[in-house]
Parts: sequence; structure tokens; C-alpha cells
Amino acid sequence: MAIFLTAQSRVIVQGITGSEGRKHGARMIAAGTKVVGGTNPRKAGQMVDLGGTSAPVFGTVGEAMAETGADVSVVFVPPAGTKDAVIEAVDAAIPLVIVITEGIPVHDTAVFWARASSRGNVTRIVGPNCPGVASPGKSNAGIIPADITSEGRVGLVSKSGTLTYQMMYELRDIGFSTAVGIGGDPIIGTTHIDCLQAFQDDPETDAIVMIGEIGGDAEERAAAYVDASVTKPVVAYVAGFTAPEGKTMGHAGAIISGSAGTAQAKKEALEKVGVKVGRTPSETARLVRELMRAR
Amino acid sequence: MDLFEHEAKELFAEYGVPVQAGKVAHTAAEAREIAAEFAAAGHPLVVVKAQVKTGGRGKAGGVKLADGPDEADAKASQILGMDIKGHTVQKVLIAQASDIAQEYYLSYLVDRAGRQFMSICSVEGGVEIEDVAHSNPEAVARIGIDPLVGVDRAKAAEIVQAGRLPAEAADGAVELAERLWAVFTDEDATLVEVNPLVLTDDGQVLAVDGKVTLDDNAAFRQQHDRFADPSAADPIEARAKAKHLNYVKLDGAVGIIGNGAGLVMSTLDVVAYAGEEFGGVRPANFLDIGGGASAEVMANGLDIVLSDPSVRAVLVNVFGGITSCDAVANGIVSAIGILAERGEEVRHPIVVRLDGNNAAEGRRILTEAGIGVVEQVETMDDAARRAAELASLAATGA
Repeated sequence: MAIFLTAQSRVIVQGITGSEGRKHGARMIAAGTKVVGGTNPRKAGQMVDLGGTSAPVFGTVGEAMAETGADVSVVFVPPAGTKDAVIEAVDAAIPLVIVITEGIPVHDTAVFWARASSRGNVTRIVGPNCPGVASPGKSNAGIIPADITSEGRVGLVSKSGTLTYQMMYELRDIGFSTAVGIGGDPIIGTTHIDCLQAFQDDPETDAIVMIGEIGGDAEERAAAYVDASVTKPVVAYVAGFTAPEGKTMGHAGAIISGSAGTAQAKKEALEKVGVKVGRTPSETARLVRELMRAR
Repeated sequence: MDLFEHEAKELFAEYGVPVQAGKVAHTAAEAREIAAEFAAAGHPLVVVKAQVKTGGRGKAGGVKLADGPDEADAKASQILGMDIKGHTVQKVLIAQASDIAQEYYLSYLVDRAGRQFMSICSVEGGVEIEDVAHSNPEAVARIGIDPLVGVDRAKAAEIVQAGRLPAEAADGAVELAERLWAVFTDEDATLVEVNPLVLTDDGQVLAVDGKVTLDDNAAFRQQHDRFADPSAADPIEARAKAKHLNYVKLDGAVGIIGNGAGLVMSTLDVVAYAGEEFGGVRPANFLDIGGGASAEVMANGLDIVLSDPSVRAVLVNVFGGITSCDAVANGIVSAIGILAERGEEVRHPIVVRLDGNNAAEGRRILTEAGIGVVEQVETMDDAARRAAELASLAATGA
């Protein structure tokens, strides 16, 4: 199985004719993803070359879905146009939209999330400012490198792109069912909790790795969720113990405000409910390895 | 970006939010002049307020009442140059004192957990709202705001009522709340806060203090540049920003360069842990050079990190994902060459850890380049330990 993204997923790229859209469209195809086309209202009807594979360009997400049966959209549209692109995907009721774009104003994210909510969350939103979703050996939607890991039974959810890659690489012999990069913005669509729930329900996932960082209280809320509803083992890592108060550390959401959002508070909340928290990424990988070996 | 109080109030005034009258002074003489103007208009009583982007000014002695120009001059002299939580006071706001009958609290902010916006409103203002939330939680109302609907007159009334503001303040507060919402949305703010929101003896409702945080991601559609404050920024951070580098100055001795915000944050932590062994060696900065890690970006990054005089060693920690490690290795080699050409030869040790795509080839390139200051270590934990050790050796002159 895997979560959110399977071998049957039919993927379109919004912004497919741009340089990022073309580059990653080609990489997704090389990873075995069924990329069935993309959108650009000004280039509808044309074909675009994705590393040797030709893909059709549609005017809208709705047209692309009708013509290709697409059920996943990956958004590479620049920040100024992202809100409209996501609203278009939501209004077309596509089941999954993955927003890779970085640097989106939080007012825009709030609006497209509210739009999805007002339509009953028929569309799952992952991101923005995220590396995407990868189910190794099945499908890869976004910018996660496909060749750093293998298929396995560990589920991964992370606010950070490179820490996701690092973890996938360190545990490449054990492998992953699905890795979800949820992004580090103040407002995101899919949360740690949504992924924990999906992994808990996924019969092909045996253990879950959760990567968090400073800012907000998503990790604390995830800890409470683990306590109440997750029976599979969870290992966590939290970045930002040395981050100063009031400074944004790369991700727009990675900021300690007053005494809120510290790494220490997150670690304590997770450990309190029995989640093992690694001191470094390597130690975290080691904890997962021991856990999987003991099974 | 956080605004100064006087900038927040200028912005409020543009949107018709009533504010206490005031002007900015950079010297005691200017403070005297402004106070004289107010006195001539029949308002001799003023408040001299330190303009710093941090809380707790009042407790630190940065807010003082002054009766007339002489006192304003004296109080401004005391406050200008004062250090408040590491911020030097470079300007003061001379505000016309209000006859305060009551103090309330009102703000709009991003509700991360609810994935929407929120208003916080309370009849208890003029103190830290977190303290009120602890001591008297029922007095603090949190009202969710649907981003698709926003705050109209009816919603503003709901907020004011939930905050239990009294009837005599309600009309003024509702109108203020509605206008303040326009500041929040039209300016792409992530926080607007009025504390205290004041009811005066003559029944006016106005903002006596203001705090605004603007969303840096919205800079492309806003004129936020007008609030830029180069004098307050750390000089290295300012230079990094000019080169489009994501850099935050810290206080340690190990310069850090990495790719991806999470990995760099993690690198800082791992260096700090390793540094405990060497007498508390700490990271000197956060620098995320992003996924590309081209030679030019690497050269600019090294240049910025090495311009910090407290740096004794550098750790380059890169995970090759989309960018493979051979490209990163070539970037490091070229970067050191570029710096040498600029006459800024690298003398500090540089510990490099490459992992991920094509790591073996990357390591081979670095080895063959034979650069004396570059030392390769295979794992992140060992690389952090080595960088901390080298920094402590350099500090002791060994």
C-alpha cells in the first residue's frame, strides 16, 4: 500500500512548462511515476518534453483530470501565482495536491486551506514549501531524490527536506513505505498528525519516524495524538536546540516566540508519551534500525 | 520583519486606526522640541518611549512620563543609548500622554494549529497577555477567523464582546477592530497587536502601543522596504542578505555552512553537543546555501562565514540529494580558489562532510585537490566533533 501516493497514482504538474516543472517532471518519470501531463493556460494543447517522454499540456486542472484520469497534482507555480493554482486544483476536486513552491505569503496559504476546508477537504493538500511525497518503488511526486533509498516498511513524516533525505539515505537498507515532507511554513495542509494517522492505518508500515523542528506546537500536538491513537512504534528527531529566540531559521515557521516553540519542549512532550527521541540524525537512524531489527 | 512601535502606529494611522499623537526623536534636543510643540498646543504631559524591537521596555526603564520640554529632554537623555535586552536605544517616541480610564488588549495573528487566523481580545490590557492568560484565563478570548470571510462589523462586535469590553468602549473598539483587520490583511501582517487599547476619560478608544510583524514572503507585492532598518541589523547578516544568503549570526566559534534549513539547524545542535567536550565550543552562525550549492554561492557563503572574527574553524555539511556531491566538491574547490583570487586566502581549517548522491566521487575530488585547510570526515557526528576540536585548538593557540 503506502500512504497518499501509490503505484496507481496518476500525476500532473501545475507549471509543467517552467524550468522546475520540466526538470522535476522528467525526474519523476525516471523514478517510475505515472506523469500523465500538466497545465499551463497559455500553452494548452501543446506537448512538453520531459527527459525524452512527451506529455500533454492542458489549460486547467479540470481538463487534465477529465482527459487523463489524473488524481494527484504537483505545484511548481511561482509564489505570486500559487494561491490561484491551488484553488484551481481544489475546485476541480483533485484528491491530492502537493505544493512544492517556497516563499508563499501565509495569507495565501490560509486562503487556499480555507477553500479546501469549505469544500469538505475532498482535496488533501501537502505543503507548501515542501519536498513532496515519495513511496519508494511505486511513485514519487515532488523533488525528493528517488535513488537514495529503497522500498521498505518504515513511514517518515518531516518538516525538513534535507533531513528527510538524510534519514532515507541512512536507512536505505531498511527502506520506506512512504516519506511525506509536510513543509516548514506556519500554515501547512497535511500535518504530522494526519500522517501519523495514515501510517497507523497502513498495513505495510511497521514503524514511524517523525522529524520536527522549532516553532509552533505541532510536535506537542502530535505527541498527544501518538499517546491517544498510535500503537505502532514512533521514533522522533527535533532540530533547533541551539536556535536563538525571535530569529527565523530558514523555514518561515521555524521561529521561537518568547518561550513557545522550543526544541526542548517538543522533545519532552514526545518522550513523555514514550516516543524515543534521537539526539542527532544518526542516533535517530540507529534507534529505528534497532527497532526494526527487534521485530 | 518586526516594526518599531512608531512605525506600527504610522501604519495604523494610514488605515484610520486612532492612535495617540507622537513624533520620533533621535536626540534629547529633538525630544525637547517635540515636547515644546505639544506644550504649545496645550498638552505639556508626554511619554518618552524607547523604540526597540523587544518587549519589557517599561520594566527596563525605557518608558518615562515627562511634564514639559525640560523633563522630556532629561528623560530622553536617560533613555537614548540604554541597552534593553541587547538592543541599544537609538530613538525615542515622544507621545502625547492620554488620560487613561481603562486599558484593554486586541490582536490578530496566525493560528498555526487551526490553520486560520485568530483574534485575541481582553478587557485586561497594558500587561503581558500571556500573564493574563495564566492568572485569569477567562478574561482572554480567542476567536477564530475564517480567512475567506475576514472581519466585518459583525465579527468585530463578536470579538469585542467576547473580550468583555464594557459598553462605553464597545462602539469605538468595534470600529478600531474592523480597521485593524485591514492593516492585518492588506499589509500581509502575521501579527498586529494593540496593547494597551485605551479608553480615555473623554470616551475615546485609541491605540497607545502597537506591534506589527510583516510576512517577509509577501515582500514581492508589498512596499515593506520602507520599514527596512539597516542600522539595527547585524552587519554580517546585512551583507549576507545583500548576497541573498540565508544567514543568522550566533555567538560561537564554529562557522556552519549546509544545505536545507532543517539540516543546518541540526548541524548547529550536533556541533554544540560535540563542543561540550571542548569547553563549550558553539556554532557561530546558521547558513543555508540551499539545494544548488554552486561554486559562486559556496564562495559567497565561505566569505560571509569567515568574515566573522570569532570563527576559528568551519564545518561544511552537505547532503547531496538533487545536487550530487561531486558538484558540491567542485564548488568547494572553486570557492577556495575564488577567495584566493580576491586576496582572501582561507587560513582557518574547513571540515567537510559530504554524504548522499555520488558522495564517493565528491570525496575523491576534494582529496585530489589537495587543499591544505580542507579536512574530510565521513559522518555528520564525527565532522561536528572534529570542527569543534579544531576551533578549540585554534582558540587556545595550540
